[in-house]
Amino acid sequence: MNKLELQKMAVEVRKNLLIGLHAAKAGHPGGSLSAADIFTYLYFEEMNVDPKNPKWADRDRFVLSKGHTAPGLYATLALKGYFPVEEMVTLRKLGSMLQGHPCMQYTPGIDMSSGSLGQGISAAVGMALSAKLDGKSYRTYTLLGDGEIQEGQVWEAAMFAGFRKLDNLVVIVDNNNLQIDGEISSVCSPYPIDKKFEAFNFHVINIDGNDFDQIDAAFKEAKATKGMPTAIICKTVKGKGVSFMENQAGWHGKAPNDAEFAQAMEELEKAGEALCQK
Amino acid sequence: MSEVKKIATRESYGAELVAIGKEYPNVVVLDADLTKSTMTCFFQKEFPERHINCGIAEANMASIAAGLSTTGKIPFMSSFAMFAAGRCYEQIRNSIGYPHLNVKIGATHAGVTVGEDGASHQCVEDIALMRAIPGMVVMNPSDDVEARACLRAAVEYEGPVYMRFGRAKVSVINDYPEYKFEIGKGTIVKEGKDVTIVATGVCVDSAVKAAEMLAAEGIDAEVINICTIKPLDGELIAASARKTGKVVTVEEHSVIGGLGSAVCDALAELAPTPVKKIGIQDVFGQSGTADQLMAFYGLDGEGVYKTTKEFLGK
Repeated sequence: MNKLELQKMAVEVRKNLLIGLHAAKAGHPGGSLSAADIFTYLYFEEMNVDPKNPKWADRDRFVLSKGHTAPGLYATLALKGYFPVEEMVTLRKLGSMLQGHPCMQYTPGIDMSSGSLGQGISAAVGMALSAKLDGKSYRTYTLLGDGEIQEGQVWEAAMFAGFRKLDNLVVIVDNNNLQIDGEISSVCSPYPIDKKFEAFNFHVINIDGNDFDQIDAAFKEAKATKGMPTAIICKTVKGKGVSFMENQAGWHGKAPNDAEFAQAMEELEKAGEALCQK
Repeated sequence: MSEVKKIATRESYGAELVAIGKEYPNVVVLDADLTKSTMTCFFQKEFPERHINCGIAEANMASIAAGLSTTGKIPFMSSFAMFAAGRCYEQIRNSIGYPHLNVKIGATHAGVTVGEDGASHQCVEDIALMRAIPGMVVMNPSDDVEARACLRAAVEYEGPVYMRFGRAKVSVINDYPEYKFEIGKGTIVKEGKDVTIVATGVCVDSAVKAAEMLAAEGIDAEVINICTIKPLDGELIAASARKTGKVVTVEEHSVIGGLGSAVCDALAELAPTPVKKIGIQDVFGQSGTADQLMAFYGLDGEGVYKTTKEFLGK
């Protein structure tokens, strides 16, 4: 996809994740929106996957380590064709294929169950290691929250990945600067994030994670990097694309009411229309 | 009487892993800096590429095992029971149990027979923790023969399995031609009519010894070996309980949540029967030799004999 197509798709991802959250009356919009451009890029540009064959053995893998932003991933998977977008309104409801946090047994396209922070990166390391053991060329991607990296297990995984030179692994950090209790820098600062990954023998790239040019360049650089895993630290805006949700910790884990939903959808419709004028 | 062969079940784990590794190319073994204690060093020597030392980072090891299994590997993650079941409980619950992944957990150094290291390393809660996870198979072999059979069964079974092994050398008691192992099936080691002694792991040997002492006094005990604590062979235990009317359980584990609790769960529904639970009585262990600790906590033959006799009012 070209940049404009990716931008348009990202608007659709944002709309659909909000449709899900609004119907569910619960969930995590802030981090889903901040990562929407990353989700879009991964599934519509970067990853070698086949929605008609979600368990294809040689596919690229994605582990959503920050599992609470499942609505963003679900919307992306639906738009990619893993399941109908109409499923989004069943999010978090009894009997739904769309559980509150990702579960690989419920949802086609989910490569690993996650939700308990810090564990997904290790699972991704296991997948990347398996590819190395078998001489396979598939790549593994994992997305972490910036609050999530306060979990010690993240650094156990980083140490292992760096030591094992897993250059088929890309760790993406969604650095929207907010966690439930406020700014990450005031709760328990993980900064400097880039220097930490560097110290664990990662190739580190700092980008604006809501800018497709920078996202594109970073993933190309990651693919060209040999002998070490890559960490892409993405500065993002929590709640990106919905004016009243942007940079508000309060929108970490609550759903929009009817009026808020209507306003958010209107804003996104306008953004989509503006892109169509280009 | 000839000398009984004694082998620690962790040695069985290490040795059988090598045999399994030869037959199953997708088996990989993970360890966390304890290869010479868990005995995965044998596998490491034979298959260096397929042995993954994660360093002292058990939580990462558990989730890496989960990731490996999603790609078709059969990972055996190995550590002491304290760290495998204890430290990694939540990784096992969420990253292995919830998605029902094909990960095998080899937990060595379970129970008080860890010995001199003391309570910090004597896990007597692991069966309770692992039994509570939906879909988890929990096995606690009694000797070398059974430990090897557990590994065989585990590798052929699709899904998460917790296997519990010991540090101390234990008598080989299942070395007879008719021995057959099946997940979820208990074994009647000795038939009897006066009391049922249900034992697991190293305590099966104690139960057999206790039964011999009881027999000398005219008490005819039935001894059941329960290797698979989950799924439990409740029917076998209930049938015996209906016959004898009294049940004693014996385990090198807390009486809260382990074999005794599992047996009570089953009997409450199938055949309500008075039960005496022998095990660690809601306390932490302590330093000592394995034999001393087994005796101190009443888990050796003598202890099981005495408690059973008291329970029978004799």
